[in-house]
Amino acid sequence: MKILVAVKRVVDYNVKVRVKADGTGVDTANVKMSMNPFDEIAVEEAVRLREKGAAGEVVAVSCGVTQCQETLRTAMAIGADRGILVETGEELQPLAVAKLLKALVEQEKPDLVILGKQAIDDDCNQTGQMLAALLGRPQGTFASKVEVEEGRVRVTREVDGGLETVSLATPAIVTTDLRLNEPRYVTLPNIMKAKKKPLVVVKPGELGVDVAPRLQTLSVREPSGRKAGIKVPDVASLVDKLKNEVKVI
Amino acid sequence: MNTQELIATHGPREAMDYDVVVVGAGPAGLATAIRLKQIAPDASVVVLEKGSEPGAHILSGAVMDPRAMDELFPDWQKLGAPLGQAVTGDDVLFLSETGSTRTPDWLVPRNLHNHGCYVVSLSNVVKWMAQQAEGLGVEIFPGFAAAEVLYEGQGRVVGVATGNMGLTKEGAPGDNFQLGMELRGKYTVFAEGARGHLGRQLLAKYKLTEGRDTQTFAIGIKELWEVPADKAQPGRVVHTAGWPMSGDTFGGGFLYHLADHQVTLGFVIGLDYRNPYLSPFEELQRWKTHPAIRAHIEGGKRIGYGARAINNGTPQALPKTVFPGGALVGCDAGYLNAARIKGSHAAIKSGMLCAEALAPALAAGRAHDELVAYPEAFGRSWLHDELQQTRNFKLWFKKGKAIGQLMAGVEQWLLPRVGVMTPPWTLHNHRADHEGLEPASGFEPIAYPKPDGRLSFDRLSSVFVSNTNHEEHQPAHLTLKDAAVPVQINLARFAGPESRYCPAGVYEFVKGEDGADRLQINAQNCVHCKTCDIKDPTQNIVWVTPEGGGGPNYAGM
Repeated sequence: MKILVAVKRVVDYNVKVRVKADGTGVDTANVKMSMNPFDEIAVEEAVRLREKGAAGEVVAVSCGVTQCQETLRTAMAIGADRGILVETGEELQPLAVAKLLKALVEQEKPDLVILGKQAIDDDCNQTGQMLAALLGRPQGTFASKVEVEEGRVRVTREVDGGLETVSLATPAIVTTDLRLNEPRYVTLPNIMKAKKKPLVVVKPGELGVDVAPRLQTLSVREPSGRKAGIKVPDVASLVDKLKNEVKVI
Repeated sequence: MNTQELIATHGPREAMDYDVVVVGAGPAGLATAIRLKQIAPDASVVVLEKGSEPGAHILSGAVMDPRAMDELFPDWQKLGAPLGQAVTGDDVLFLSETGSTRTPDWLVPRNLHNHGCYVVSLSNVVKWMAQQAEGLGVEIFPGFAAAEVLYEGQGRVVGVATGNMGLTKEGAPGDNFQLGMELRGKYTVFAEGARGHLGRQLLAKYKLTEGRDTQTFAIGIKELWEVPADKAQPGRVVHTAGWPMSGDTFGGGFLYHLADHQVTLGFVIGLDYRNPYLSPFEELQRWKTHPAIRAHIEGGKRIGYGARAINNGTPQALPKTVFPGGALVGCDAGYLNAARIKGSHAAIKSGMLCAEALAPALAAGRAHDELVAYPEAFGRSWLHDELQQTRNFKLWFKKGKAIGQLMAGVEQWLLPRVGVMTPPWTLHNHRADHEGLEPASGFEPIAYPKPDGRLSFDRLSSVFVSNTNHEEHQPAHLTLKDAAVPVQINLARFAGPESRYCPAGVYEFVKGEDGADRLQINAQNCVHCKTCDIKDPTQNIVWVTPEGGGGPNYAGM
């Protein structure tokens, strides 16, 4: 079985993002970038499946600027066998990424595609679902457990009421939730090995995909700051304020 | 479990061999690696960095003297080095509580002239240097802390080991535990910055400070601001003395205008201060409210925060910088020029001098011996002369501000005018900073103003914009030799100074359920400034490296 894993380069989760002064987006100049944490979980899961003997090859894919190669090297340091970068300087929206991934799936013919459920920069939570729809293949989103069976994958999903288990015919699309696994620490020897693993760079045009944005961002603003609280002397004045000032009861 | 036990149960550790192992990807460490690859392209060089990426733990003023950069990369401008903003004007201000007096240009001593220098983000400069180094074939591993020096035979240094990852709070191996690994080098260069955790051990083991002055430090706390377009004065450099420091405390402010409407500002206070109620963090906060400072930033937004201990830079306190198998460079040795408020040019130069000694040693097939050529070359370098010229600067101020100003004027203004560049006398200091702290009973608590949330802030909202994080389940990296000392001595005699000098709110005295005081250590907040390691009155706090990748993630600092 072959697994394709999609990884996105995002602003590191420790960085407090800041809106640019002109309101056109988030300032990413000199900011630390790293792999989307949900994608790290996806890579870890794919590598674990291979280590268990359930998968043969793990291919990591990223779409975006040249520096996404670093993200792919990290995926290969965790254990992916090779990497593919779809390189473009254009802004990539979920639909464009889904189309690029569809083209790669048609080339690579994996039995399983694992993606993070969402990226921590735009929080869209769309790419996996769009990819499944474009391919017309089954999807198991928000996975907290993935088991490979003969010709099928059994996915335990985190849903509002608890857990839901679905069995998908392969090829299938799985998106990862936080509790699926805890990614390993990459080690120095594995970072060295990752530098020597094959990494192919292709352009969207070569895949026949038009990545032009379909959505237009009008403006980006920071959430308004929280107003200072007040202390009330007793319950009666609290009720009074809630009723007459804030008007919530 | 200690490392020996972990090696017994999970080992042996993997090892990799290099010609040179460098600890720390700052200006000194990277200059060492770059210079070595420039003159010995076949040498294998690895650089370990505890920050998540090069530059993540780098914080400096900074006005950079390009002298060393010119030597390292004569074409740095063409290569796109982020030294984009030349200094356009110098202001030296003496502040009273509400007023300020500008020193006329002709009276400004030469050490405070910044013409020809650049206002930079050292963090960005280091990021760029790391790219250049990688381009030359240097292997840089960020996110890996050098936690242990490896010794062999007759006490030769043969490399370092990285820290263990995935230990639980109690120090036992967790689910994703990874044993550290050994990086072995013919020579190991330590470039950890001021008060390096391994450097300290080497100073003691090889008695490198014998016969030298005692090294002293200051704490620098810095903020990065984005200011309204009409307030931007790219290249303007402001230094202040006076308020809010009282006569016997050495401290001053800096405010530099970068390009892109950014202002970097901060306050530096000598860690030999006496009053345990002093809070460097709150001194910075109130300094910003002075009319002469707020005029630069009012209406702006603070976007970054951080802190770092700095050497006080007297060449009298420079240790011996070589020992069998290794060397100290940059502020791990202490080359900073405190009088000029600059250290990055010295760090780069010292790394280059070390590399220029390493290359012939490697070529001659030598290993694990003393690189005596490095300190010899330093003795002949311009850096040596520059440091000698200002060697007494900080020490005069230890005698009081009036004497300090007078003698700094004599040495840096008067004598150079009559052709005497290096003062004919030398002062000495043999008192460590922590010994300077006096019992709280002799002082009144200082009433600092409450933060207003616009110009001044509290500690936690400050640490928030330093992007600091540590994996929370690891053992605390701020260790106590004796757990009873904080309450019995620090709190009882010195009113708990660690809760004030720590710029990140790591140390908090809290009441337990039984009403007894106890020290709570919020190690996750630590910005790796090392102040506690220096100022703790009984030297009971020992800073050790946390898991690699933890700590601040400075951007543009």
